[in-house]
Amino acid sequence: MTARDVHPEVSSSRRSLARRRIKRNWRLYVMLLPPVIFAVLFLYWPLYGMQMAFKDFSVANGINGSPWVGLKYFRTFVDSYQFWPTIKNTIILNFYELLAGFPIPIVLALLLNSLRSALYRRGVQLILFAPHFLSTVVVVGIMVMLLDPHGGLINQATGFFGAGPIDFLGEPSLFRHIFVWSGVWQSAGYSMVIYLAALAGIDPQLHEAAKVDGASRLRRIWHIDLPGILPVTVVLLVLNMGSILSTGFEKVLLMQNSLNVGVSEVIDTYVYKVGLQSSIPQFSYATAIGVFKSVTALALLLCANWLARRISRHSLF
Amino acid sequence: MTMLQTSDSPRRGRGVNSFASARRQVRESTSDRALTVVSAGVVGAFAVAILYPLIYVISSSFSSGAAINSGAVKLLPVDPNLDAYRQIFDSPAFVTGFINSLIYSIAGAVLGTVLTVLAAYPLSRADLDGRKTILFALLVPTLFSAGIIPTYMVVRDLHLLNTRWAIILPGAMSMFNVIITLAFYQVTIPEELLEASRLDGANDFQFLLRVVLPLSKPILAVNLLFYAIGQWNGWFTSLIYLTNEHLFPLQLVLRQILLQNQVTADQMGSDAAALVAQKELFDKLKYALLAVAMLPPLIAFPFVQKHFVRGALLGSLK
Repeated sequence: MTARDVHPEVSSSRRSLARRRIKRNWRLYVMLLPPVIFAVLFLYWPLYGMQMAFKDFSVANGINGSPWVGLKYFRTFVDSYQFWPTIKNTIILNFYELLAGFPIPIVLALLLNSLRSALYRRGVQLILFAPHFLSTVVVVGIMVMLLDPHGGLINQATGFFGAGPIDFLGEPSLFRHIFVWSGVWQSAGYSMVIYLAALAGIDPQLHEAAKVDGASRLRRIWHIDLPGILPVTVVLLVLNMGSILSTGFEKVLLMQNSLNVGVSEVIDTYVYKVGLQSSIPQFSYATAIGVFKSVTALALLLCANWLARRISRHSLF
Repeated sequence: MTMLQTSDSPRRGRGVNSFASARRQVRESTSDRALTVVSAGVVGAFAVAILYPLIYVISSSFSSGAAINSGAVKLLPVDPNLDAYRQIFDSPAFVTGFINSLIYSIAGAVLGTVLTVLAAYPLSRADLDGRKTILFALLVPTLFSAGIIPTYMVVRDLHLLNTRWAIILPGAMSMFNVIITLAFYQVTIPEELLEASRLDGANDFQFLLRVVLPLSKPILAVNLLFYAIGQWNGWFTSLIYLTNEHLFPLQLVLRQILLQNQVTADQMGSDAAALVAQKELFDKLKYALLAVAMLPPLIAFPFVQKHFVRGALLGSLK
């Protein structure tokens, strides 16, 4: 405002310059049209639909015609006997996964990076990436086959040592371990790619200089490689905190059965059951739980980002 | 090794280099060499742990049912035969699923790549007014998602339920791919190129088609394969949006057979010997189904592998 008052001609010429640039680049805006339409339809319209959480939605009245009920459905969720078990399962499962799944790719990347033989390195890398490209159905399918209590490979092995057959996937106390470590099996190799890229971006002169000074490989990993990948690590950790309530939903759903449901019911599977699977779908209630989850996730993300900026001076934004 | 490549005298450089490496070998013989051996061992063990189940599944699919059930299959196929594959390629549910998955993969790959390029190229242009705002607006929903119910309602309101579009459209564009592609363009398309083609009278459409696209083959390949693999491996959208079995993709068929054992129901009523034979065939069938479902992505990924390390680096810089 004041800038325009003081220098009207400068500001207006800048604005007309921008207008001319927009006019000259109109074709770029035309290109952006399809992705923007996509975003409006499938990213923003659902956001608009989130208001269902605050309404008594009925299919007959539509979203706009349904009456507002405030926080009724949020209260229903918090008061329900499903609330604490579901929250607890979600948090335990995902923190366990973060704890196991986050450091291993870093270690793998550092180890792989310190190998001499380029051929061996490339071969191993190719194998480590592979399972990321398998579908969740296939991975869970492989697990079901290998862990089958009647003749599965693992039970044959344990039977060889005299142990009786174990129904691994039906045993609630084993569910979390199987979920997390099969996740490490599937994704550790691929998650490592970003650290490999960051390691490749480290100036080789740093390593050469350290070598001349007689630094051992371990010291170079500690003083050059680790600081070099720290920014990427922090960004990924912050992003992981944001998705800590929703990772692996499809896999949980596939691994869930009536025996392990006590430890495998997470927020997302509960939403799916309440909202889509039941014979009387409760759209408003399910949406409210989803909103609850999204808000919590965003808050976690912002907290993690704030903490990261305070502690390490690197952050997502 | 590369430490003295910039040395002004190559001869002297080589001499010093070999001296340095000889000295290094003496010093590395203890802790450093041990570390190399340990590293090679650890990553090697990890690779074996990844590879073994995959080989076991493929071997089992070629083995006889009796060998699988008696635990004779350890690594390589026992009594190799193709019965299971013959069986699944005779099964209508499987063939329909396979064809549907192909359709979804190809359509998803093309549509996703087109949308990604159309979003990434303009947003990579420094002279586009409002690019930060548009990019931010596209990224918000990835940070704050609406959840499955509101998305389901949108698909329902657009009358896409039980159509192929429900599988292809809602997840057509991934912001992760847009960011990587955008970073690729910022690095590989220099501004001089745009100016030169402007002088030749090309407008932005022509520039995109004739200059940018030919230069972006690697990133196009990455996009096409990422979207195709994503569609090939997807099952949840079809679970919630489809009830018509003729539209089911392979993964959903697989889920029914592998995880819900839905085929056994119609095998009841036959005599015992036939039942055992069928049970054995069914066990093999599961391995063969797994093998067929996992093969296409595994064949595709080495082609993109060399590109995505670079892509990830560009993505991480952004």
